[in-house]
Amino acid sequence: MDNILLNVNNLHASINGKEILKGINLTIRQGEVHAIMGPNGSGKSTLSAVLTGNPSFTVTEGSVDFHGKDLLSLSPEDRSHEGLFLSFQYPVEIPGVSMVNFMRAAINAKRKYLNEEPLSASDFLKLMRQKRAIVELDNKLASRSVNEGFSGGEKKRNEIFQMAMLEPLLSILDETDSGLDIDALRIVAEGVNKLKSQENATIVITHYQRLLDYIKPDFVHILYKGRIVMTGGPELALELEKTGYDWIKQKYND
Amino acid sequence: MSENKINNAPAADEDILRQATGDEYKYGFVTDIETDIIPQGLSEDVVRLISEKKGEPEWLLDFRLKAYRHWQTLEVPNWAHLKIPPIDFNSISYYAAPKKNAPHSIDEVDPELLKTFDKLGIPLEEQKVLSGMAVDAVMDSVSVKTTHKEKLAELGIIFCSISEAVKDYPDLVKKYLGKVVSYRDNFYAALNSAVFSDGSFVYIPKGVRCPMELSTYFRINASGTGQFERTLIVADDDAYVSYLEGCTAPMRDENQLHAAIVEIIVEDRAEVKYSTVQNWYAGDKDGKGGVYNFVTKRGLCRGDYSKLSWTQVETGSAITWKYPSCVLQGEGSTGEFYSVAVTKNKQQADTGTKMIHIGRNTRSTIVSKGISAGESENSYRGLVKVAPTADGSRNHTQCDSLLLSNRCGAHTFPYVDIMNETAIVEHEATTSKISEEQLFYCNQRGIPTEEAVGLIVNGYAKEVMNKLPMEFAVEAQRLLQVTLEGSVG
Amino acid sequence: MSSITQYLNLYRDNRADVHSHSVELLNESRDDAYAFLQDKSLPDKGEEGFEKTSIEDMFSPDFGVNICRLNIPVDVAASFKCDVPNISTLLGVVVNDMFVPTATLLKNCPEGVTMMSLSRAAKEQPEFVGRYLGKISPKDNVNVALNTLLLQDGVFIHIGRGVKLEKPLQIVNIFNSPAPMMSVRRVVIVAEEGSSANILFCDHTQTRDIDYLSSEVFEVSLAENSHISICGIEESSNHTRRYQQVFVRQESGSNLYINSSSLQNGTTRNDFTIDIVGEHCETYLTGIAIADGEGTVDNNSNVNHLAPHSHSNQLFKYLVDGKAQGAFEGGIYVAQTAPFTEGYQSNSNLLASTTARMHTKPQLLIYNDEVKCSHGASTGQLDENALFYMQQRGIPKDVARTLLMQAFMSEVIDTIPVEGVKDRMRHLVEKRLSGDFMLCGECGSCK
Repeated sequence: MDNILLNVNNLHASINGKEILKGINLTIRQGEVHAIMGPNGSGKSTLSAVLTGNPSFTVTEGSVDFHGKDLLSLSPEDRSHEGLFLSFQYPVEIPGVSMVNFMRAAINAKRKYLNEEPLSASDFLKLMRQKRAIVELDNKLASRSVNEGFSGGEKKRNEIFQMAMLEPLLSILDETDSGLDIDALRIVAEGVNKLKSQENATIVITHYQRLLDYIKPDFVHILYKGRIVMTGGPELALELEKTGYDWIKQKYND
Repeated sequence: MSENKINNAPAADEDILRQATGDEYKYGFVTDIETDIIPQGLSEDVVRLISEKKGEPEWLLDFRLKAYRHWQTLEVPNWAHLKIPPIDFNSISYYAAPKKNAPHSIDEVDPELLKTFDKLGIPLEEQKVLSGMAVDAVMDSVSVKTTHKEKLAELGIIFCSISEAVKDYPDLVKKYLGKVVSYRDNFYAALNSAVFSDGSFVYIPKGVRCPMELSTYFRINASGTGQFERTLIVADDDAYVSYLEGCTAPMRDENQLHAAIVEIIVEDRAEVKYSTVQNWYAGDKDGKGGVYNFVTKRGLCRGDYSKLSWTQVETGSAITWKYPSCVLQGEGSTGEFYSVAVTKNKQQADTGTKMIHIGRNTRSTIVSKGISAGESENSYRGLVKVAPTADGSRNHTQCDSLLLSNRCGAHTFPYVDIMNETAIVEHEATTSKISEEQLFYCNQRGIPTEEAVGLIVNGYAKEVMNKLPMEFAVEAQRLLQVTLEGSVG
Repeated sequence: MSSITQYLNLYRDNRADVHSHSVELLNESRDDAYAFLQDKSLPDKGEEGFEKTSIEDMFSPDFGVNICRLNIPVDVAASFKCDVPNISTLLGVVVNDMFVPTATLLKNCPEGVTMMSLSRAAKEQPEFVGRYLGKISPKDNVNVALNTLLLQDGVFIHIGRGVKLEKPLQIVNIFNSPAPMMSVRRVVIVAEEGSSANILFCDHTQTRDIDYLSSEVFEVSLAENSHISICGIEESSNHTRRYQQVFVRQESGSNLYINSSSLQNGTTRNDFTIDIVGEHCETYLTGIAIADGEGTVDNNSNVNHLAPHSHSNQLFKYLVDGKAQGAFEGGIYVAQTAPFTEGYQSNSNLLASTTARMHTKPQLLIYNDEVKCSHGASTGQLDENALFYMQQRGIPKDVARTLLMQAFMSEVIDTIPVEGVKDRMRHLVEKRLSGDFMLCGECGSCK
């Protein structure tokens, strides 16, 4: 059987009338890791926002199939329930909402969607404890308000912790490496690797090769001016590291 | 001379420090010129007399009389945080004009008058006129001279006294006069509408960016008179103008009343910047004398994406009572208010702004910096109103008060009325005294306390001062420094 | 004609009845109040500070006043089951304007603590009560005078010198009447030197389709180094009008916490006047308002710093929905005699519908340069980014909205010093926001 997880077909999207994505085609199978690279402003973060249903963006053309579902017709929460996870480039601070309440609401909403009983408080706390270990997230952080007062590294670890809790089929890591020191980067990457399986897949959006030393991609795509202009293996990322993006800009700047 | 000032603005800082020693109110002189003053008191006959002296058309006399009759039904307002001694409106003369009226060339202007404006740093003679600025000089009730008129006329810009405008552009004046500030608006607006004597009129036609700053310089000279000028500015579609207003008065023991109206209309995509440096005589240390400055200023952003920006530096007047306002009617229109108000001795100020959001996606910004010293009372009073129609409106208000003595008062009265759930309105205010750490730091570097206060206050007010046109910024900075002399402690 | 006239006439025509059904201490100020009120009127919207609530309109309908002290039978035990979980309190119930002690209160009230009917206390210990009654509230305030004129009953709370009361005192105000009614209450709270206590007021309306008007005057005095918290939770009906005036006097070293929360109401106007006359006091004034329908919640505060080295903090949050209106006018006054004052004030509001209205006027009046004062006010909506973040994690939008609203309110709730009351508030707010407030069904008060 075909193990295609995500199929993006000629996706166009705009914000405030300005077209950012100009025809994205992308196929992702279970077990794969895809890296999407490109210079600033090429549309990388827009792609993750559009896939997860951020209301700021408007899809003007194209379709997205997510394991047999028409992804674009689903609400953001149902996309999440179907197994789509975004590790935000800038995780949002939500003062007054504790991590515990937040995560429990998320987990139980998903269970309800799947017609499962809600988790009991003790099972939930057990699950929290278990998953926290994956990214070495301090218990103190888990008892605080969502992302409030977290350092840059703590926020990113918190994202991966939530990913571990929700066990998504497809995770998009949007510039998860930005603002991390080398130790935090290692912890985050190891967390991602631990969660990898034959069933799920990962999209790593990044500017640099650095993160890809830890999370080995099967495919590397270069996004430029709203289109994927080049696709290759891990060697393409290494090539970019050496030569930078200037040659891409020259080649495709029509 | 002014060119130098502009080009060497940083060097001006040193000037400020040097000049800022022992400076009393230096504009407190009286010019000895023959003045035509009508007898004190107010009646329908006086209103008719003013209109007659100015040779006005019937419709304008009507307007004045309606305003006068309405004024008679009103009572003096008392809601402000001000102690205003009762004003005898019958002991004021409502019209005073230099006798040599309406000069046709500079040769006809009374040389004493020219000297006066020279002393104020506003030369009116052709060979001296400021190159970057067109000036309308108003002495007591009457516009004396407008510079650069011809050059502006080439662009279709009208800049003249309002009396001239009534004669030369009656349709324009009739169309706009009283449309933003109705004579029914308030007590002093009604009074002004009845007896206003002169003021400036500006019309910027469609698509024209006015190439120079337009400026009016107000001077109260005659004693026992009030000044009731009226300014009307119209910026047609896509036009731009920056307008400056300056004011001084002689030192007199009795109080003088200044009740002006400024009306501004901003059409589609047009922008008007209105800057004021108000330095009316503030009275002496014991609060004797000084000008009562009760002014109604309001602009209507009628056009879509229009913009109106008020900037004011208020250092003078015994009592200041004014709220330059923006009615944001056009979609996406913007209103701004930047204010520095300094009070010392027994001065009182109750000033602020109103931002009325009516159109969708309208924006307003309010930055108010109050500085109180001596035994003065300094209040910020502001209104931000978001009408049900104003979807997506935004306002940010920051108002700070700095106290320089423990006998003064610093107050904040912000009114916020929101009738639209998509609006975002934020108000922040702080009150504090001047930082002792900062003062000590300056002292340690050898800067005497008085100078240090000036420096720190200028820094505190910088956000507003930066909004002033360069020509005014230097003057305003110096004014702040001078005003604060001897007011620490 | 001012609506005050009908109350003056009522008193004039029924003076004998009013006096004979009351006690001397309460009666002796009535004639002075009557004389004072002759040429007065209640404030309407034209008056500064009353822009959004006309007291004149509030008082204008013809309410009955229970002059002859007819007993309206209410089965207290049956009607009140909404007790505060996790804490046991010393409970008293005020039915309309009649104080009813519970058996536990009578049995367990510790030495040095008095909580009883104001009129009974005035009858039994006139000299003692007279030391405090009418001493904190100003005589020249129209509503206070009106309250004095027709005062029926209320609560007298006295915490003796050095007494540290562990158990919270709880007063449940219940409205229950077959006909439109006005109740006139006075609450006198006295904390003697070095004492401490936590007091909880819960307002409930049982007969929900009857018009009520409650005139309440609180007189609170905090002696040196006393420590008092007062939490008020209003869950009345949209036919209930309340005008509550709280007057406080704080002596040196005292610590006051007030939370006033309106979760369900008709028209509510609260005035807080807190005079800080001693040094080194702490004052916290906080509140929540959740208003919908055509309700109004209008809080007005005056925190008056009259002595040096005190610290005050005000925090009010509103959620306004439907056609409701919220109003907050807060004031910090720092006198020349009060250097080294720190005064802070914050008011944040969420508007949840196109027809909701919010008016806010945070004021500072400062006459001293040795101060740190600030205020902030904001009105807006829920953070769209936070909403999307939660949705991405699979939390449905309406649940996310509720969570964010609760979070918005939690900043205030977290300041409540009594854990059990804090939990109770959190629970009530959660229920209110998730829409099943009316379906509580646990007790008569919420049916």
